[in-house]
Amino acid sequence: MKSFAYVPATSTKSAVALLGRARGKARVMAGGTDLLGEMKDNLISPEQIVGLKPAADLNYVKAEASGLRIGALTPLSELAEHKVVRERYPILVQAVEQIATPQLRNMGTVGGNLCQRPRCWYYRGASFPCLKKGGEICYAVNGENLYNAILEGGPCYIVHPSDLASPLQALGAKVKMAGPKGERTVPLEKFFVLPRVNAKKENILGQEEILTEIQVPAVPATMRGTYVKFKERGSWDFGLVSAAALLDIRDGICREARIVLGAVAPVPYRAARAEEVLKGKRVDERLAAQVAEVAVMAARPMSQNAYKVRLAQAAVKRTVLSLA
Amino acid sequence: MKEKDNDSSKKSSLMTRRTFLKGGALTTAALSTGVLGAEVGEAHLALEDYPSALKRATVTLKVNGLRHRLEVEPRTTLLEVLREELQLTGTKKGCDRGQCGSCTVLLNGRPVYSCLSLAIEAVGKEILTIEGISDGETLHPVQRAFVQEMGLQCGFCSPGQILATVALLGKNPSPSEAQIRQALAGNLCRCGAYPMIFKSVQTAARLR
Ligand SMILES: Cc1cc2nc3c(=O)[nH]c(=O)nc-3n(C[C@H](O)[C@H](O)[C@H](O)COP(=O)(O)OP(=O)(O)OC[C@H]3O[C@@H](n4cnc5c(N)ncnc54)[C@H](O)[C@@H]3O)c2cc1C
Ligand code: SF4
Ligand code: FES
Ligand code: FES
Repeated sequence: MKSFAYVPATSTKSAVALLGRARGKARVMAGGTDLLGEMKDNLISPEQIVGLKPAADLNYVKAEASGLRIGALTPLSELAEHKVVRERYPILVQAVEQIATPQLRNMGTVGGNLCQRPRCWYYRGASFPCLKKGGEICYAVNGENLYNAILEGGPCYIVHPSDLASPLQALGAKVKMAGPKGERTVPLEKFFVLPRVNAKKENILGQEEILTEIQVPAVPATMRGTYVKFKERGSWDFGLVSAAALLDIRDGICREARIVLGAVAPVPYRAARAEEVLKGKRVDERLAAQVAEVAVMAARPMSQNAYKVRLAQAAVKRTVLSLA
Repeated sequence: MKEKDNDSSKKSSLMTRRTFLKGGALTTAALSTGVLGAEVGEAHLALEDYPSALKRATVTLKVNGLRHRLEVEPRTTLLEVLREELQLTGTKKGCDRGQCGSCTVLLNGRPVYSCLSLAIEAVGKEILTIEGISDGETLHPVQRAFVQEMGLQCGFCSPGQILATVALLGKNPSPSEAQIRQALAGNLCRCGAYPMIFKSVQTAARLR
Protein backbone atom coordinates (compact mmCIF):
# COMPACT_ATOMS: atom_id res chain seq x y z
CA MET A 1 0.00 0.00 0.00
CA LYS A 2 1.42 3.38 -1.00
CA SER A 3 1.94 6.01 1.64
CA PHE A 4 -0.82 8.55 2.22
CA ALA A 5 -1.67 11.37 4.55
CA TYR A 6 -4.56 10.89 6.96
CA VAL A 7 -6.90 13.48 8.28
CA PRO A 8 -9.82 12.71 10.56
CA ALA A 9 -13.16 14.39 9.90
CA THR A 10 -14.89 15.33 13.13
CA SER A 11 -18.28 16.03 11.57
CA THR A 12 -20.12 16.04 8.26
CA LYS A 13 -19.18 19.66 7.83
CA SER A 14 -15.50 19.06 8.45
CA ALA A 15 -15.53 16.10 6.02
CA VAL A 16 -16.94 18.27 3.24
CA ALA A 17 -14.49 21.07 4.03
CA LEU A 18 -11.54 18.67 4.02
CA LEU A 19 -12.60 17.16 0.69
CA GLY A 20 -12.92 20.64 -0.78
CA ARG A 21 -9.46 21.59 0.44
CA ALA A 22 -7.93 18.43 -1.03
CA ARG A 23 -9.15 19.29 -4.56
CA GLY A 24 -9.83 15.77 -5.72
CA LYS A 25 -6.72 14.23 -4.17
CA ALA A 26 -8.51 12.75 -1.15
CA ARG A 27 -10.79 9.77 -0.68
CA VAL A 28 -13.12 9.23 2.22
CA MET A 29 -12.78 6.13 4.32
CA ALA A 30 -15.53 4.66 6.45
CA GLY A 31 -14.83 1.13 7.74
CA GLY A 32 -12.03 0.77 5.19
CA THR A 33 -12.92 -2.83 4.37
CA ASP A 34 -13.27 -2.11 0.66
CA LEU A 35 -11.13 1.00 0.32
CA LEU A 36 -8.00 -0.48 1.96
CA GLY A 37 -8.40 -3.61 -0.18
CA GLU A 38 -8.39 -1.44 -3.30
CA MET A 39 -5.34 0.43 -2.06
CA LYS A 40 -3.44 -2.75 -1.20
CA ASP A 41 -4.18 -4.06 -4.68
CA ASN A 42 -2.89 -0.79 -6.16
CA LEU A 43 -6.19 -0.02 -7.88
CA ILE A 44 -6.11 3.41 -6.32
CA SER A 45 -3.40 5.32 -4.45
CA PRO A 46 -4.98 8.41 -2.94
CA GLU A 47 -2.63 11.08 -1.60
CA GLN A 48 -4.94 11.74 1.29
CA ILE A 49 -7.53 9.83 3.28
CA VAL A 50 -10.29 11.65 5.06
CA GLY A 51 -11.31 9.37 7.92
CA LEU A 52 -15.05 9.52 8.53
CA LYS A 53 -15.09 7.30 11.61
CA PRO A 54 -14.23 10.12 14.04
CA ALA A 55 -17.29 12.08 12.80
CA ALA A 56 -19.65 11.41 15.69
CA ASP A 57 -22.69 12.90 13.93
CA LEU A 58 -22.72 10.16 11.28
CA ASN A 59 -23.18 7.08 13.47
CA TYR A 60 -26.77 6.56 14.66
CA VAL A 61 -30.00 4.66 14.07
CA LYS A 62 -33.09 6.72 14.85
CA ALA A 63 -36.47 5.08 14.86
CA GLU A 64 -39.27 7.60 14.37
CA ALA A 65 -42.95 7.39 13.52
CA SER A 66 -42.15 8.29 9.91
CA GLY A 67 -39.53 5.58 9.65
CA LEU A 68 -35.84 4.92 10.20
CA ARG A 69 -32.95 7.28 9.81
CA ILE A 70 -29.60 5.55 9.59
CA GLY A 71 -26.31 7.46 9.80
CA ALA A 72 -24.00 6.45 6.97
CA LEU A 73 -21.24 5.48 9.41
CA THR A 74 -23.39 3.00 11.34
CA PRO A 75 -21.61 -0.36 11.40
CA LEU A 76 -23.58 -3.09 9.63
CA SER A 77 -23.66 -5.22 12.79
CA GLU A 78 -25.18 -2.38 14.82
CA LEU A 79 -27.94 -1.91 12.27
CA ALA A 80 -28.83 -5.60 12.48
CA GLU A 81 -28.75 -5.56 16.30
CA HIS A 82 -31.02 -2.54 16.65
CA LYS A 83 -34.24 -3.43 18.46
CA VAL A 84 -36.64 -1.53 16.22
CA VAL A 85 -34.91 -2.71 13.06
CA ARG A 86 -35.31 -6.31 14.23
CA GLU A 87 -38.96 -5.75 15.03
CA ARG A 88 -40.12 -3.72 12.05
CA TYR A 89 -37.57 -4.24 9.29
CA PRO A 90 -36.61 -7.92 9.51
CA ILE A 91 -35.75 -7.87 5.79
CA LEU A 92 -32.79 -5.60 6.58
CA VAL A 93 -31.61 -7.92 9.33
CA GLN A 94 -31.85 -10.89 6.95
CA ALA A 95 -29.79 -9.05 4.34
CA VAL A 96 -27.12 -7.75 6.73
CA GLU A 97 -26.64 -11.15 8.34
CA GLN A 98 -25.76 -12.53 4.90
CA ILE A 99 -23.12 -9.87 4.21
CA ALA A 100 -19.54 -11.13 4.45
CA THR A 101 -18.41 -12.25 7.93
CA PRO A 102 -18.99 -11.15 11.54
CA GLN A 103 -15.67 -9.27 11.54
CA LEU A 104 -16.49 -7.40 8.32
CA ARG A 105 -19.98 -6.56 9.58
CA ASN A 106 -18.40 -5.06 12.73
CA MET A 107 -16.07 -2.95 10.58
CA GLY A 108 -18.09 -2.18 7.45
CA THR A 109 -20.65 0.61 7.52
CA VAL A 110 -24.08 1.05 5.95
CA GLY A 111 -22.88 3.95 3.79
CA GLY A 112 -19.72 2.09 2.79
CA ASN A 113 -21.79 -0.92 1.77
CA LEU A 114 -23.82 1.23 -0.63
CA CYS A 115 -20.71 3.02 -1.97
CA GLN A 116 -18.47 -0.07 -2.31
CA ARG A 117 -16.81 -0.66 -5.66
CA PRO A 118 -17.66 -3.61 -7.92
CA ARG A 119 -16.14 -7.06 -7.68
CA CYS A 120 -15.66 -7.78 -11.40
CA TRP A 121 -12.36 -9.70 -11.63
CA TYR A 122 -10.99 -7.38 -14.28
CA TYR A 123 -11.79 -4.31 -12.24
CA ARG A 124 -10.02 -5.84 -9.23
CA GLY A 125 -6.96 -6.83 -11.28
CA ALA A 126 -4.53 -3.91 -11.51
CA SER A 127 -3.29 -5.16 -14.89
CA PHE A 128 -6.63 -4.75 -16.70
CA PRO A 129 -7.21 -1.15 -17.74
CA CYS A 130 -10.90 -1.71 -18.50
CA LEU A 131 -13.64 0.83 -19.20
CA LYS A 132 -14.42 1.30 -15.53
CA LYS A 133 -10.85 2.45 -14.95
CA GLY A 134 -10.96 4.80 -17.89
CA GLY A 135 -9.65 2.31 -20.46
CA GLU A 136 -10.99 1.38 -23.88
CA ILE A 137 -12.65 -1.99 -23.51
CA CYS A 138 -14.68 -4.23 -21.28
CA TYR A 139 -12.73 -7.45 -20.84
CA ALA A 140 -15.76 -9.29 -19.50
CA VAL A 141 -17.56 -9.20 -22.86
CA ASN A 142 -15.25 -11.75 -24.46
CA GLY A 143 -13.72 -13.02 -21.24
CA GLU A 144 -14.77 -14.46 -17.90
CA ASN A 145 -18.29 -13.22 -17.30
CA LEU A 146 -19.72 -15.92 -15.04
CA TYR A 147 -20.59 -13.39 -12.35
CA ASN A 148 -21.46 -10.39 -14.50
CA ALA A 149 -24.75 -8.74 -15.41
CA ILE A 150 -27.68 -10.29 -17.25
CA LEU A 151 -29.76 -7.12 -17.18
CA GLU A 152 -29.05 -3.45 -17.98
CA GLY A 153 -25.40 -4.15 -18.84
CA GLY A 154 -23.28 -2.25 -21.32
CA PRO A 155 -20.81 -0.86 -22.02
CA CYS A 156 -19.62 -2.14 -18.59
CA TYR A 157 -21.27 -5.29 -17.20
CA ILE A 158 -20.65 -5.20 -13.45
CA VAL A 159 -23.27 -6.30 -10.97
CA HIS A 160 -23.74 -4.14 -7.91
CA PRO A 161 -22.16 -6.05 -5.01
CA SER A 162 -24.23 -4.61 -2.15
CA ASP A 163 -26.65 -6.93 -0.34
CA LEU A 164 -28.20 -4.00 1.46
CA ALA A 165 -29.08 -1.97 -1.64
CA SER A 166 -31.91 -4.12 -2.99
CA PRO A 167 -33.91 -4.54 0.25
CA LEU A 168 -33.43 -0.82 0.97
CA GLN A 169 -34.72 0.02 -2.49
CA ALA A 170 -37.68 -2.33 -2.04
CA LEU A 171 -38.48 -0.46 1.19
CA GLY A 172 -38.50 2.83 -0.74
CA ALA A 173 -35.41 4.23 0.99
CA LYS A 174 -33.91 7.63 0.25
CA VAL A 175 -30.33 8.74 0.71
CA LYS A 176 -29.06 12.08 1.90
CA MET A 177 -25.79 13.55 0.71
CA ALA A 178 -23.77 16.57 1.83
CA GLY A 179 -21.41 18.57 -0.35
CA PRO A 180 -20.02 22.03 -0.93
CA LYS A 181 -23.39 23.23 -2.23
CA GLY A 182 -25.31 21.89 0.74
CA GLU A 183 -27.47 18.82 1.17
CA ARG A 184 -29.62 16.84 -1.24
CA THR A 185 -31.85 13.82 -0.78
CA VAL A 186 -32.78 11.38 -3.54
CA PRO A 187 -34.57 8.03 -3.74
CA LEU A 188 -32.05 5.19 -3.69
CA GLU A 189 -32.86 4.23 -7.30
CA LYS A 190 -31.77 7.71 -8.39
CA PHE A 191 -28.55 7.39 -6.38
CA PHE A 192 -27.20 4.52 -8.44
CA VAL A 193 -26.26 5.07 -12.09
CA LEU A 194 -26.08 2.68 -15.00
CA PRO A 195 -22.83 2.27 -16.95
CA ARG A 196 -24.49 3.71 -20.05
CA VAL A 197 -24.77 6.98 -18.11
CA ASN A 198 -21.31 6.73 -16.51
CA ALA A 199 -19.21 3.58 -16.82
CA LYS A 200 -16.62 4.81 -14.32
CA LYS A 201 -18.93 5.29 -11.38
CA GLU A 202 -21.77 3.43 -9.66
CA ASN A 203 -23.53 6.40 -8.10
CA ILE A 204 -24.14 10.14 -8.41
CA LEU A 205 -21.89 11.24 -5.53
CA GLY A 206 -19.68 14.17 -6.53
CA GLN A 207 -15.98 14.22 -5.71
CA GLU A 208 -16.53 16.53 -2.74
CA GLU A 209 -19.76 14.95 -1.57
CA ILE A 210 -20.41 12.31 1.05
CA LEU A 211 -23.35 10.09 1.83
CA THR A 212 -24.68 11.07 5.25
CA GLU A 213 -27.98 9.34 5.92
CA ILE A 214 -30.27 6.57 4.71
CA GLN A 215 -33.96 7.18 5.30
CA VAL A 216 -36.35 4.24 5.34
CA PRO A 217 -40.07 5.03 5.40
CA ALA A 218 -42.37 3.29 7.87
CA VAL A 219 -43.80 0.06 6.49
CA PRO A 220 -47.53 -0.72 6.88
CA ALA A 221 -48.05 -3.62 9.27
CA THR A 222 -49.60 -5.71 6.51
CA MET A 223 -46.53 -5.41 4.31
CA ARG A 224 -44.10 -8.25 4.89
CA GLY A 225 -40.71 -8.76 3.35
CA THR A 226 -37.99 -11.31 2.80
CA TYR A 227 -34.51 -11.49 1.29
CA VAL A 228 -33.12 -14.53 -0.48
CA LYS A 229 -29.47 -14.77 -1.53
CA PHE A 230 -27.91 -17.54 -3.59
CA LYS A 231 -24.19 -18.07 -3.22
CA GLU A 232 -21.68 -20.47 -4.69
CA ARG A 233 -20.57 -21.67 -1.26
CA GLY A 234 -22.25 -22.38 2.05
CA SER A 235 -19.98 -19.95 3.89
CA TRP A 236 -19.59 -16.23 3.16
CA ASP A 237 -19.59 -15.03 -0.43
CA PHE A 238 -20.92 -12.33 -2.67
CA GLY A 239 -24.30 -13.26 -4.12
CA LEU A 240 -24.76 -14.96 -7.47
CA VAL A 241 -28.32 -13.65 -7.46
CA SER A 242 -30.50 -12.24 -4.72
CA ALA A 243 -34.09 -11.09 -4.41
CA ALA A 244 -35.76 -8.71 -1.99
CA ALA A 245 -39.55 -8.83 -1.92
CA LEU A 246 -42.10 -6.83 0.05
CA LEU A 247 -45.69 -7.93 -0.38
CA ASP A 248 -48.97 -6.80 1.13
CA ILE A 249 -51.16 -9.86 0.99
CA ARG A 250 -54.59 -9.74 2.61
CA ASP A 251 -57.15 -12.55 2.37
CA GLY A 252 -54.80 -14.30 -0.05
CA ILE A 253 -54.85 -11.37 -2.48
CA CYS A 254 -51.71 -9.34 -3.19
CA ARG A 255 -52.51 -5.62 -2.80
CA GLU A 256 -49.04 -4.17 -3.14
CA ALA A 257 -45.73 -5.63 -4.28
CA ARG A 258 -42.12 -4.58 -4.55
CA ILE A 259 -39.49 -6.87 -5.93
CA VAL A 260 -35.86 -5.82 -6.35
CA LEU A 261 -33.16 -8.19 -7.60
CA GLY A 262 -29.50 -8.02 -6.61
CA ALA A 263 -26.34 -9.22 -8.41
CA VAL A 264 -28.08 -9.35 -11.81
CA ALA A 265 -27.50 -5.77 -13.02
CA PRO A 266 -25.08 -2.85 -12.46
CA VAL A 267 -27.70 -1.35 -10.12
CA PRO A 268 -30.39 -2.97 -7.96
CA TYR A 269 -32.96 -4.18 -10.50
CA ARG A 270 -36.60 -3.38 -9.81
CA ALA A 271 -38.81 -6.05 -11.38
CA ALA A 272 -41.65 -3.60 -12.04
CA ARG A 273 -43.55 -5.77 -14.52
CA ALA A 274 -43.48 -8.70 -12.15
CA GLU A 275 -44.97 -6.49 -9.46
CA GLU A 276 -47.85 -5.60 -11.81
CA VAL A 277 -48.53 -9.28 -12.47
CA LEU A 278 -48.87 -9.89 -8.73
CA LYS A 279 -51.15 -7.02 -7.84
CA GLY A 280 -54.81 -7.85 -7.26
CA LYS A 281 -54.32 -11.59 -7.68
CA ARG A 282 -54.43 -14.62 -5.44
CA VAL A 283 -50.89 -15.73 -4.67
CA ASP A 284 -50.30 -19.38 -5.41
CA GLU A 285 -47.64 -21.59 -6.96
CA ARG A 286 -48.79 -20.89 -10.52
CA LEU A 287 -48.87 -17.14 -10.11
CA ALA A 288 -45.44 -17.19 -8.41
CA ALA A 289 -43.97 -19.09 -11.38
CA GLN A 290 -45.47 -16.57 -13.78
CA VAL A 291 -44.18 -13.64 -11.73
CA ALA A 292 -40.71 -15.22 -11.69
CA GLU A 293 -40.68 -15.55 -15.46
CA VAL A 294 -41.80 -11.97 -16.04
CA ALA A 295 -39.25 -10.64 -13.53
CA VAL A 296 -36.28 -11.47 -15.77
CA MET A 297 -38.04 -11.34 -19.14
CA ALA A 298 -35.66 -8.66 -20.36
CA ALA A 299 -32.53 -10.64 -19.45
CA ARG A 300 -29.71 -10.81 -22.00
CA PRO A 301 -27.17 -13.22 -20.58
CA MET A 302 -23.51 -13.12 -21.57
CA SER A 303 -21.55 -16.15 -22.76
CA GLN A 304 -21.15 -17.79 -19.33
CA ASN A 305 -23.95 -16.52 -17.14
CA ALA A 306 -27.26 -17.76 -18.55
CA TYR A 307 -27.60 -19.80 -15.34
CA LYS A 308 -28.41 -16.55 -13.56
CA VAL A 309 -31.74 -16.29 -15.37
CA ARG A 310 -32.97 -19.55 -13.86
CA LEU A 311 -31.50 -18.66 -10.48
CA ALA A 312 -33.24 -15.29 -10.49
CA GLN A 313 -36.53 -16.97 -11.34
CA ALA A 314 -36.04 -19.38 -8.45
CA ALA A 315 -35.20 -16.52 -6.09
CA VAL A 316 -38.34 -14.59 -7.06
CA LYS A 317 -40.57 -17.61 -6.81
CA ARG A 318 -39.15 -18.53 -3.44
CA THR A 319 -39.57 -15.06 -1.94
CA VAL A 320 -43.13 -14.67 -3.24
CA LEU A 321 -44.26 -18.08 -2.00
CA SER A 322 -42.63 -17.66 1.38
CA LEU A 323 -44.70 -14.51 1.91
CA ALA A 324 -47.97 -15.99 0.65
CA MET B 1 0.39 -20.00 22.43
CA LYS B 2 4.17 -20.02 22.07
CA GLU B 3 5.85 -19.75 18.74
CA LYS B 4 9.03 -18.56 17.14
CA ASP B 5 9.04 -15.16 15.60
CA ASN B 6 9.34 -16.01 11.94
CA ASP B 7 9.63 -12.40 10.92
CA SER B 8 13.36 -12.10 11.54
CA SER B 9 13.77 -10.28 8.26
CA LYS B 10 11.69 -7.44 9.59
CA LYS B 11 13.14 -4.43 11.31
CA SER B 12 14.27 -5.62 14.71
CA SER B 13 13.00 -3.82 17.72
CA LEU B 14 15.21 -2.37 20.40
CA MET B 15 13.63 -4.55 22.99
CA THR B 16 13.18 -8.26 23.03
CA ARG B 17 9.83 -9.84 23.51
CA ARG B 18 10.84 -10.81 27.03
CA THR B 19 11.79 -7.33 28.17
CA PHE B 20 8.66 -6.10 26.52
CA LEU B 21 6.50 -8.54 28.40
CA LYS B 22 8.28 -7.78 31.66
CA GLY B 23 8.31 -4.06 31.20
CA GLY B 24 4.62 -3.41 31.30
CA ALA B 25 3.63 -0.10 29.81
CA LEU B 26 6.76 0.56 27.85
CA THR B 27 7.15 3.42 25.50
CA THR B 28 8.51 2.68 22.07
CA ALA B 29 11.05 5.33 21.20
CA ALA B 30 9.71 7.77 18.68
CA LEU B 31 11.53 7.68 15.38
CA SER B 32 11.47 11.15 13.95
CA THR B 33 8.52 13.41 14.24
CA GLY B 34 8.35 15.17 10.92
CA VAL B 35 6.84 18.57 10.32
CA LEU B 36 3.51 16.98 9.59
CA GLY B 37 3.61 14.67 12.56
CA ALA B 38 1.28 15.14 15.50
CA GLU B 39 0.11 13.52 18.65
CA VAL B 40 -3.03 11.50 18.40
CA GLY B 41 -4.16 11.31 21.97
CA GLU B 42 -7.21 9.44 23.09
CA ALA B 43 -9.28 12.43 24.02
CA HIS B 44 -8.44 14.74 21.19
CA LEU B 45 -8.83 13.27 17.75
CA ALA B 46 -10.01 16.67 16.69
CA LEU B 47 -9.52 18.56 13.47
CA GLU B 48 -8.14 21.61 15.27
CA ASP B 49 -5.07 19.60 16.22
CA TYR B 50 -4.12 19.13 12.59
CA PRO B 51 -2.79 22.09 10.72
CA SER B 52 -2.37 19.77 7.77
CA ALA B 53 -2.96 16.14 6.96
CA LEU B 54 -0.84 13.67 8.89
CA LYS B 55 2.10 11.88 7.30
CA ARG B 56 3.22 10.44 10.61
CA ALA B 57 1.60 10.41 14.00
CA THR B 58 2.44 9.44 17.53
CA VAL B 59 -0.35 7.29 18.82
CA THR B 60 -1.16 5.64 22.10
CA LEU B 61 -2.67 2.19 21.68
CA LYS B 62 -4.15 0.17 24.49
CA VAL B 63 -3.31 -3.46 23.87
CA ASN B 64 -4.20 -6.16 26.37
CA GLY B 65 -4.63 -3.52 29.03
CA LEU B 66 -1.23 -1.90 28.46
CA ARG B 67 -0.68 1.46 26.82
CA HIS B 68 1.95 1.75 24.12
CA ARG B 69 3.13 5.00 22.63
CA LEU B 70 4.52 4.63 19.17
CA GLU B 71 5.01 6.44 15.94
CA VAL B 72 3.15 5.22 12.90
CA GLU B 73 2.55 6.14 9.31
CA PRO B 74 -1.15 6.42 8.49
CA ARG B 75 -0.88 3.38 6.22
CA THR B 76 0.38 1.17 9.05
CA THR B 77 -2.21 -1.45 9.86
CA LEU B 78 -3.03 -2.56 13.37
CA LEU B 79 -1.74 -6.01 12.35
CA GLU B 80 1.66 -4.56 11.43
CA VAL B 81 1.91 -2.68 14.71
CA LEU B 82 1.00 -5.75 16.75
CA ARG B 83 3.44 -8.06 15.00
CA GLU B 84 6.32 -5.81 14.07
CA GLU B 85 6.37 -3.07 16.69
CA LEU B 86 4.96 -4.84 19.72
CA GLN B 87 6.21 -8.35 18.84
CA LEU B 88 2.78 -9.77 19.57
CA THR B 89 3.09 -12.39 16.86
CA GLY B 90 0.16 -14.50 18.00
CA THR B 91 -1.94 -12.44 15.61
CA LYS B 92 -1.23 -13.91 12.17
CA LYS B 93 -1.00 -12.40 8.72
CA GLY B 94 -2.70 -14.65 6.20
CA CYS B 95 -4.32 -12.96 3.22
CA ASP B 96 -3.88 -9.34 4.37
CA ARG B 97 -7.21 -8.64 2.56
CA GLY B 98 -9.99 -9.44 5.02
CA GLN B 99 -10.65 -12.89 3.64
CA CYS B 100 -9.17 -15.40 6.08
CA GLY B 101 -9.55 -14.24 9.69
CA SER B 102 -6.10 -15.22 10.97
CA CYS B 103 -5.50 -11.56 11.96
CA THR B 104 -8.66 -11.38 14.11
CA VAL B 105 -8.40 -9.28 17.27
CA LEU B 106 -11.11 -7.92 19.55
CA LEU B 107 -11.72 -4.17 19.39
CA ASN B 108 -13.90 -3.06 22.30
CA GLY B 109 -14.95 -6.70 22.58
CA ARG B 110 -15.95 -7.17 18.94
CA PRO B 111 -13.95 -9.28 16.51
CA VAL B 112 -12.37 -7.33 13.64
CA TYR B 113 -9.66 -7.97 11.06
CA SER B 114 -6.50 -6.14 12.09
CA CYS B 115 -5.16 -6.32 8.50
CA LEU B 116 -7.90 -3.94 7.33
CA SER B 117 -7.72 -1.66 10.37
CA LEU B 118 -5.43 1.36 10.45
CA ALA B 119 -3.44 1.65 13.67
CA ILE B 120 -4.17 5.37 13.72
CA GLU B 121 -7.90 4.61 13.94
CA ALA B 122 -7.49 2.15 16.83
CA VAL B 123 -6.60 4.98 19.21
CA GLY B 124 -8.86 5.04 22.25
CA LYS B 125 -10.08 1.47 21.73
CA GLU B 126 -9.52 -1.59 23.90
CA ILE B 127 -7.47 -3.95 21.75
CA LEU B 128 -7.37 -7.58 22.85
CA THR B 129 -5.07 -10.11 21.19
CA ILE B 130 -4.56 -13.80 21.84
CA GLU B 131 -1.65 -12.91 24.18
CA GLY B 132 -4.07 -11.03 26.41
CA ILE B 133 -6.74 -13.57 27.19
CA SER B 134 -4.96 -15.95 29.54
CA ASP B 135 -4.43 -15.16 33.21
CA GLY B 136 -0.66 -15.47 33.42
CA GLU B 137 0.12 -19.14 32.89
CA THR B 138 -3.50 -20.14 33.38
CA LEU B 139 -5.17 -20.58 30.03
CA HIS B 140 -8.50 -18.97 29.22
CA PRO B 141 -11.35 -21.52 29.27
CA VAL B 142 -11.70 -21.22 25.48
CA GLN B 143 -8.00 -22.00 25.07
CA ARG B 144 -8.37 -24.98 27.40
CA ALA B 145 -11.29 -26.24 25.34
CA PHE B 146 -9.30 -25.99 22.11
CA VAL B 147 -6.44 -27.94 23.74
CA GLN B 148 -8.77 -30.55 25.18
CA GLU B 149 -10.65 -31.14 21.93
CA MET B 150 -7.58 -30.72 19.67
CA GLY B 151 -9.41 -27.93 17.86
CA LEU B 152 -6.52 -27.41 15.49
CA GLN B 153 -4.04 -29.06 13.21
CA CYS B 154 -1.23 -26.63 12.32
CA GLY B 155 -2.55 -23.94 14.65
CA PHE B 156 -2.17 -20.98 12.30
CA CYS B 157 -5.86 -20.09 12.43
CA SER B 158 -6.24 -20.85 16.15
CA PRO B 159 -5.66 -17.38 17.61
CA GLY B 160 -8.41 -16.04 15.35
CA GLN B 161 -10.75 -18.96 16.00
CA ILE B 162 -10.26 -18.60 19.74
CA LEU B 163 -10.85 -14.84 19.80
CA ALA B 164 -13.95 -15.20 17.61
CA THR B 165 -15.17 -17.81 20.12
CA VAL B 166 -14.43 -15.56 23.10
CA ALA B 167 -16.56 -12.84 21.45
CA LEU B 168 -19.36 -15.28 20.62
CA LEU B 169 -19.58 -16.74 24.13
CA GLY B 170 -19.53 -13.24 25.60
CA LYS B 171 -22.77 -12.51 23.76
CA ASN B 172 -24.30 -15.96 23.68
CA PRO B 173 -23.14 -18.37 26.42
CA SER B 174 -24.78 -21.45 24.90
CA PRO B 175 -24.78 -21.16 21.11
CA SER B 176 -26.34 -23.73 18.81
CA GLU B 177 -24.24 -25.48 16.17
CA ALA B 178 -25.68 -23.14 13.52
CA GLN B 179 -24.82 -20.09 15.61
CA ILE B 180 -21.28 -21.38 16.11
CA ARG B 181 -20.84 -21.83 12.36
CA GLN B 182 -22.13 -18.32 11.74
CA ALA B 183 -19.92 -16.73 14.38
CA LEU B 184 -16.81 -18.49 13.05
CA ALA B 185 -17.61 -17.98 9.36
CA GLY B 186 -14.97 -15.26 9.18
CA ASN B 187 -12.18 -17.58 10.25
CA LEU B 188 -10.95 -20.00 7.62
CA CYS B 189 -9.00 -23.09 8.56
CA ARG B 190 -6.71 -24.29 5.78
CA CYS B 191 -6.26 -27.60 7.55
CA GLY B 192 -10.00 -28.12 7.55
CA ALA B 193 -10.12 -28.87 11.25
CA TYR B 194 -13.66 -27.51 11.41
CA PRO B 195 -15.38 -30.44 13.15
CA MET B 196 -12.88 -30.27 16.02
CA ILE B 197 -13.02 -26.49 16.11
CA PHE B 198 -16.81 -26.49 16.42
CA LYS B 199 -16.57 -29.17 19.10
CA SER B 200 -14.04 -27.03 20.97
CA VAL B 201 -16.50 -24.14 20.97
CA GLN B 202 -19.21 -26.37 22.45
CA THR B 203 -16.81 -27.58 25.11
CA ALA B 204 -15.71 -24.00 25.80
CA ALA B 205 -19.34 -23.03 26.39
CA ARG B 206 -19.50 -25.73 29.09
CA LEU B 207 -16.12 -24.87 30.66
CA ARG B 208 -16.87 -21.19 31.06
C1 LIG C 1 -14.08 -10.67 2.01
C2 LIG C 1 -15.23 -9.74 1.76
C3 LIG C 1 -16.50 -10.25 1.57
C4 LIG C 1 -17.57 -9.39 1.34
N1 LIG C 1 -18.82 -9.91 1.15
C5 LIG C 1 -19.88 -9.08 0.96
C6 LIG C 1 -21.20 -9.56 0.79
O1 LIG C 1 -21.44 -10.76 0.82
N2 LIG C 1 -22.20 -8.66 0.60
C7 LIG C 1 -21.98 -7.32 0.57
O2 LIG C 1 -22.93 -6.56 0.41
N3 LIG C 1 -20.74 -6.83 0.72
C8 LIG C 1 -19.70 -7.68 0.92
N4 LIG C 1 -18.44 -7.17 1.09
C9 LIG C 1 -18.25 -5.73 0.98
C10 LIG C 1 -18.36 -5.07 2.31
O3 LIG C 1 -19.68 -5.17 2.77
C11 LIG C 1 -17.98 -3.65 2.10
O4 LIG C 1 -16.58 -3.64 1.96
C12 LIG C 1 -18.35 -2.75 3.25
O5 LIG C 1 -19.73 -2.71 3.47
C13 LIG C 1 -17.86 -1.38 2.93
O6 LIG C 1 -18.07 -0.56 4.05
P1 LIG C 1 -16.88 0.27 4.68
O7 LIG C 1 -17.50 1.12 5.70
O8 LIG C 1 -15.78 -0.61 5.09
O9 LIG C 1 -16.46 1.14 3.41
P2 LIG C 1 -15.04 1.67 2.96
O10 LIG C 1 -14.16 0.56 2.54
O11 LIG C 1 -14.51 2.63 3.94
O12 LIG C 1 -15.50 2.49 1.67
C14 LIG C 1 -15.98 1.85 0.51
C15 LIG C 1 -16.10 2.89 -0.61
O13 LIG C 1 -17.17 3.78 -0.34
C16 LIG C 1 -16.71 5.10 -0.15
N5 LIG C 1 -17.46 5.60 1.00
C17 LIG C 1 -17.62 4.99 2.19
N6 LIG C 1 -18.45 5.69 2.98
C18 LIG C 1 -18.81 6.78 2.28
C19 LIG C 1 -19.68 7.89 2.56
N7 LIG C 1 -20.32 8.00 3.72
N8 LIG C 1 -19.84 8.83 1.59
C20 LIG C 1 -19.19 8.72 0.41
N9 LIG C 1 -18.38 7.69 0.09
C21 LIG C 1 -18.20 6.73 1.01
C22 LIG C 1 -15.20 5.00 0.04
O14 LIG C 1 -14.54 6.13 -0.45
C23 LIG C 1 -14.87 3.75 -0.76
O15 LIG C 1 -14.72 4.05 -2.11
C24 LIG C 1 -17.35 -8.01 1.32
C25 LIG C 1 -16.07 -7.48 1.52
C26 LIG C 1 -15.01 -8.33 1.74
C27 LIG C 1 -13.64 -7.75 1.97
S1 SF4 D 1 -17.62 -5.40 -16.55
FE1 SF4 D 1 -16.97 -3.30 -16.09
S2 SF4 D 1 -15.46 -3.58 -14.48
FE2 SF4 D 1 -15.65 -5.57 -15.52
S3 SF4 D 1 -14.14 -5.57 -17.20
FE3 SF4 D 1 -16.04 -4.79 -18.04
S4 SF4 D 1 -15.79 -2.57 -17.85
FE4 SF4 D 1 -14.33 -3.47 -16.41
S1 FES E 1 -4.90 -11.55 7.26
FE1 FES E 1 -6.60 -10.34 7.85
S2 FES E 1 -8.27 -11.51 7.16
FE2 FES E 1 -6.57 -12.60 6.32
S1 FES F 1 -5.37 -25.54 12.09
FE1 FES F 1 -4.19 -25.14 10.32
S2 FES F 1 -5.27 -23.47 9.46
FE2 FES F 1 -6.61 -24.10 11.01
